[in-house]
Amino acid sequence: MAKSNKPIVWSLFAAGGTLAALLAPVLVLLFLLAALGHAPGLLSYAQLHAFAAHPLGKLFLLTVIALFLWHAAHRLRVALHDFGLRQDRIVAVIVYLVAATGTALSVLYLTRI
Amino acid sequence: MNERMVQLDVLRYDPQVDDEPHFQHYEVPCKEEWVVLDALNAIKESIDPTLNYRWSCHMAVCGSCGMMINGEPRLSCHAFLRDFEGVIRVEPLANFPIERDLVTVADDFIDKLKRVKPYLIPGETRSIDEGEYIQTPAQLMKYRHFSMCINCMLCYAACPQYALQPLFLGPAAITLAHRYNLDSRDGGRDERQQVIATNEGVWECSFVGACSEVCPKAVDPAGALQQVKVASTLDWFREHLLPGDTK
Repeated sequence: MAKSNKPIVWSLFAAGGTLAALLAPVLVLLFLLAALGHAPGLLSYAQLHAFAAHPLGKLFLLTVIALFLWHAAHRLRVALHDFGLRQDRIVAVIVYLVAATGTALSVLYLTRI
Repeated sequence: MNERMVQLDVLRYDPQVDDEPHFQHYEVPCKEEWVVLDALNAIKESIDPTLNYRWSCHMAVCGSCGMMINGEPRLSCHAFLRDFEGVIRVEPLANFPIERDLVTVADDFIDKLKRVKPYLIPGETRSIDEGEYIQTPAQLMKYRHFSMCINCMLCYAACPQYALQPLFLGPAAITLAHRYNLDSRDGGRDERQQVIATNEGVWECSFVGACSEVCPKAVDPAGALQQVKVASTLDWFREHLLPGDTK
């Protein structure tokens, strides 16, 4: 029996999961506050634009967005398997394609800032 | 000693006679401090000698008496009657074929156990004159709690992945492979990785964690499998990205 190639997606899943556990609640809270009009000065458009324009800021945003996407994709694949959907190959192709598209679009938009 | 009537619904199945398994109701006079296994023994001794089940040590060491008690995989010698109310439902371990009544066919698990080579494969061969393989307490602590497994198969009965995919190597077998991989005297990791770092090995696990919840010896198979995933992932990158390693 050949060794599995799942480590490729699992490493992205694990890294994304760790990052999500650390960052997701804070991000949700901050975005909710911003949406309700209570954005602190640090989250003003000008500040965030400057952050996203800096190469390190771009790298950080890409890391967060891409790893979250790959984590969600793998989680969804496993969850569908757990729910009894036995079309793993099709599901895998679809969810990873979405994550890959999201990653590519993030790169595209970040380079445009 | 207080005695009370305990009611049990026990799954009965004799493949030579019955088309399908069915529940049989028993009322058993039980002592307050008894466990479910005592109640079954009382049934077998004085009510119905045809009831079949496995047991041996009565002290959570042998791992023979695992069964579903009110739908949960438990050692029946470890399930106190005083913790249950009403009728207690007793069934054979889930995810295994029934041999008869509460006795299951364990061949699949035994086969998987053999495949992961759960024994010491010495990294260096030593003659008897050279003496024993020395290990420090710190080296022992790395794997000690994984070595507490008694092969009771409760984790297989609890694992939803094993229920969905019977080819899955499963919690206990992979944990025991990990136990030997972590042993400082062992050199068999490469051989075991061929079996456990596969799609039907550790990568079938989706970290539900039910195995660790039902484990009567606190072995934490889910933790072991996560460690195997991390180690196998590092292996993968080493084998595919580093030059010179073509394993």
